[in-house]
Amino acid sequence: MLSSPFLTRPLPVNQIMLRVLLALLPGIALYVWYFGPAILISLMLASLTALATEALMLKLRARPLKPFLSDNSALLTAWLLALSVPPLAPWWLVVIGTAFAIVVAKQLYGGLGNNPFNPAMIGYAVLIISFPHEMTHWVSPQSLGGVQLSFTEQMSYIFLHTLPPGLTLDAITMSTPLDTLKTQLHLGHSVGEIRELPIYGRLAGQGSEMVAAGFAIGGIYLLFTRIISWHLPLVYLGTLFVMAGIFHLFDPAHYVAPLFHWFSGAAMIGAFFILTDPISSPTTAKGKIIFAAGAGMLTYLVRVFGGFPDSVAFATILMNMCVPIIDAYTQPAIFGRKDAHK
Amino acid sequence: MITALWVMIAIAVVLGVVLGYAAIRFRVEGNPLVEKIDAVLPQTQCGQCGYPGCKPYAEAIAKGEADINLCPPGGEEGIHKLAELLGVEPKPFGADRQPRAKAVAFIDEKDCIGCTLCIQACPVDAIAGAAKQMHTIIAAECTGCELCVAPCPVDCISMQPLPERPNTWKWKYPVILLRPQK
Amino acid sequence: MRQLYTFHGGIHPPTNKAQSTTQPIAYAPLPAELVISLHQHAGEVAKPLVEVGERVLKGQLIGAPVSGFSAAIHAPTSGTVAAIGLQIVAHPSSLPELCITLQADGKEEWAARHPVDFRTLSNAELQSHLRAQGVVGLGGAVFPSDMKLRHSIPVETLIMNGAECEPYITCDDMLMRERAAEIVRGTEILRHALNTKSVLFGIEDNKPEAIAAMQQAIDDSSLPFEVVAVPTLYPGGSAKHLIKVLTGLEVPSGKLPTDIGVQCFNVGTAYSVKRACDDGEPLIARVVTVTGNVAQPRNYEALIGTRFAELVSASGALPGTDRYIMGGPMMGLELPGANVPLVKASNCLIAASDALFPPQPAPLPCIRCTRCVGVCPAELQPQDLYWFAQSNNFGKAQEWNLFDCIECGACAYVCPSSIPLVHYYRYAKSEIRARDQEKRAADLARERHEFRQLRIEREKQEKANRLAQKERAATTANAKTVAETASVPTPAKPVVTVDDTQQLRINTALERAKAQATAARPKNTDHLTPEQLAEIAAIEARRSHIHDIAADTGADDEPPKQS
Repeated sequence: MLSSPFLTRPLPVNQIMLRVLLALLPGIALYVWYFGPAILISLMLASLTALATEALMLKLRARPLKPFLSDNSALLTAWLLALSVPPLAPWWLVVIGTAFAIVVAKQLYGGLGNNPFNPAMIGYAVLIISFPHEMTHWVSPQSLGGVQLSFTEQMSYIFLHTLPPGLTLDAITMSTPLDTLKTQLHLGHSVGEIRELPIYGRLAGQGSEMVAAGFAIGGIYLLFTRIISWHLPLVYLGTLFVMAGIFHLFDPAHYVAPLFHWFSGAAMIGAFFILTDPISSPTTAKGKIIFAAGAGMLTYLVRVFGGFPDSVAFATILMNMCVPIIDAYTQPAIFGRKDAHK
Repeated sequence: MITALWVMIAIAVVLGVVLGYAAIRFRVEGNPLVEKIDAVLPQTQCGQCGYPGCKPYAEAIAKGEADINLCPPGGEEGIHKLAELLGVEPKPFGADRQPRAKAVAFIDEKDCIGCTLCIQACPVDAIAGAAKQMHTIIAAECTGCELCVAPCPVDCISMQPLPERPNTWKWKYPVILLRPQK
Repeated sequence: MRQLYTFHGGIHPPTNKAQSTTQPIAYAPLPAELVISLHQHAGEVAKPLVEVGERVLKGQLIGAPVSGFSAAIHAPTSGTVAAIGLQIVAHPSSLPELCITLQADGKEEWAARHPVDFRTLSNAELQSHLRAQGVVGLGGAVFPSDMKLRHSIPVETLIMNGAECEPYITCDDMLMRERAAEIVRGTEILRHALNTKSVLFGIEDNKPEAIAAMQQAIDDSSLPFEVVAVPTLYPGGSAKHLIKVLTGLEVPSGKLPTDIGVQCFNVGTAYSVKRACDDGEPLIARVVTVTGNVAQPRNYEALIGTRFAELVSASGALPGTDRYIMGGPMMGLELPGANVPLVKASNCLIAASDALFPPQPAPLPCIRCTRCVGVCPAELQPQDLYWFAQSNNFGKAQEWNLFDCIECGACAYVCPSSIPLVHYYRYAKSEIRARDQEKRAADLARERHEFRQLRIEREKQEKANRLAQKERAATTANAKTVAETASVPTPAKPVVTVDDTQQLRINTALERAKAQATAARPKNTDHLTPEQLAEIAAIEARRSHIHDIAADTGADDEPPKQS
């Protein structure tokens, strides 16, 4: 006997995921504009790997393929991972990362809805620990001039690991703006001097600041269409801003401005796309605030005092670990029990 | 190296003292295990487990003499609860102890001779009657243990399975077909 | 302008009410046969008072309430009782209930009606009158209305619920449009019974005609009632939520509205109260919306016990209908078939088809998106309740306030994974209730068993005590005889204060032995004359006779055998 309600009008899961994918497009477009089309290859590689590994795992778990493959969640994981690895990464890097994310961080925990950690971030963490060299060499933005590879040259590097004669990897790649900042600070330069370097633009690294802005635009679209709630991005960015602001006011020569933090690295994509993964984030409003504040603090602390140049992934994973207890302790009072203590 | 060893020993001693103190100072007097087991058992007092009632069975389990899969009226659920309570693996019922549908005894009044043998057998006094008077089962109190059926010299007691009524009906667990049945 | 409050969550499903409000309420044709359930109210099943073959009149009492929490059932029309037995009724289990089948004779002959003047009645008297007329709440919960007139603290506000928030249902809307004056009259009676000052009619603002009609009726009556248009939001018709919207007060979990000085009745109930008091008519008919896949959706005033199939054919059945839903699409129940009879709770019948209610896609796992949390009017965490219910973690589900769920269906309405959430909650609730029931039964059985063991021990004890007493009595008699025959003063009888019968037995036996020993050795056996010896022999004979009596005790309740 079926139970009521007999009429439902949901926004199905695949539509929600599709909107998130669409929201990534402005950032991806700017990425291609500033760093060349290599990222599209990574995206495609990651998507194919994700769907293939998910299909394989579903088969092994004797689950139907169609509903799960068409829910677009694997695609979203793939895109987020592809966007966090350097564009000229060898093909096997993307494949390994995506495969690990889907197989271990998602399917082995029970598939959609059961993963305690953000799968894309687990994949990223595995890659950065196992292949730090490949993961820290990013393509220089095209606006900087210098040597730029054509699309076919990029393809041949990604798949065949061959470069045009006379070029070395170091000539066409460089470390990320955050990475550069860290090393230069270690070398004793002040923030003011470092910011004069040509790789930096108005707010942060050239090119990457625009990409971050693109992701922010996508994120605002998600906010307006109520795909995500405001708690996570606002509190995360707010915490990051406040922490960076305090340190910057205290010592501007050694601590860079808050807006730099906002538009560098994965802060924007993290705030709107990574932290907001519903499965691995808290369900209560207070819980989301605590989660986002914790992630913001960790991001700042590891960026400034820790060993990694960017830490959104680790901040996310560490906070994911705390989600069950955050949820348990932030349960709100219900209708008719507002006066009673829990 | 020796310093390290001494430090470790010192830590171990300190922690040991702390734990020992805590074990004595914060000792919790819990319920005896027998009470806890008896609270799980269905109180049918039928004897199907081989013991004369639920309390003796609970005592036997607590002593470790009895297995946890001997109580059909408790069902699978009962086995799981006992397994969780005792920290052991649940095991299925044996072939001779499969749970049966809940039933209530019924005395066919035209055959009853008023011998009171069933009254003496009922472990929860669910039979009303007296010597040479009509006997009847108080259905609301009958646990379905079937101990009255055997003593009756005229075999007038039968077990009637309880029909499902709207007020005892339960919503079933939603079963979702992941793939069409082959 | 009265200040209105809001409740958390809520949804805006398409109302689908316009179809059934184009025509006025029609009287459903008198059916040939009526099936009247004896359990169409909250509480215990009513007891049938008639027998098969008996002729009954319209409005005659045919089912009596069996306890305080029960309601009366009356014959909806005159006719003959054809059968009293189990029939399939509107219940999600498709299980039968006890019903009286009535063959209508077409005469509609009324039994004697007893109108009352409510102004002369106290609250208690009105309660017993409404109870006698079988008036129950017509908003869906069918709670006996007499019970709802009971209150421990003064009722400051009486709220009349004309919200009717669920899609498709329009019976209250049409009742308010057409019979506003009677509703106002019924409300006056309820207000008098509760001795309330403030009376508010809460009507959703998608019913402008009803609001106008009620306002007009109130103006005509010059009663100080107030019509309040509340924003249309499902489930705003839930009593607790309407109370919150109109007064800002939240009824505490587990308590009743009267515990905070408010009471809420459906407008249809007010109408029935008016008919019960002014016209002396028991509750035998109600307005029901017939809508969905029918040619002419409209509202009918139908007799209780009318089979739904008749109402559907009155509205013109259309092909494509594959099931029938009693109630609305959000909280209604799927009927086992169309032959099920109308009951007091039936506010709507929807002929459903795949076109109207497309089959829902197969559920996906929960992605914890918390859209359900956003719409839950009870401010619960539906996704947590789902996770607990599906893993049978009933303890946690109760901790997360499962029983505060009103089963409105808003959560399942928005769930992106199309999970049948309400089904899980109902499953969990019924499992928990069943377990509670079993636990109570087990505790009772344990108590009875322990008492039985105590009783058996006690009987053994009493028997042993009686035995011991008897032996004591016999020993006393024996000792007395010994004292009479022996010239030597007998040793003082040892004081026996033991309560242990065994010890008592041992003592008496020792005593006897001692007495015997003393008696067996008389001190004056020397120099006996023949006459004295003959006397001694006679005494010995008597003594042995007494010994026999003491030894031959027989059964407890039988006197010792006299020789």
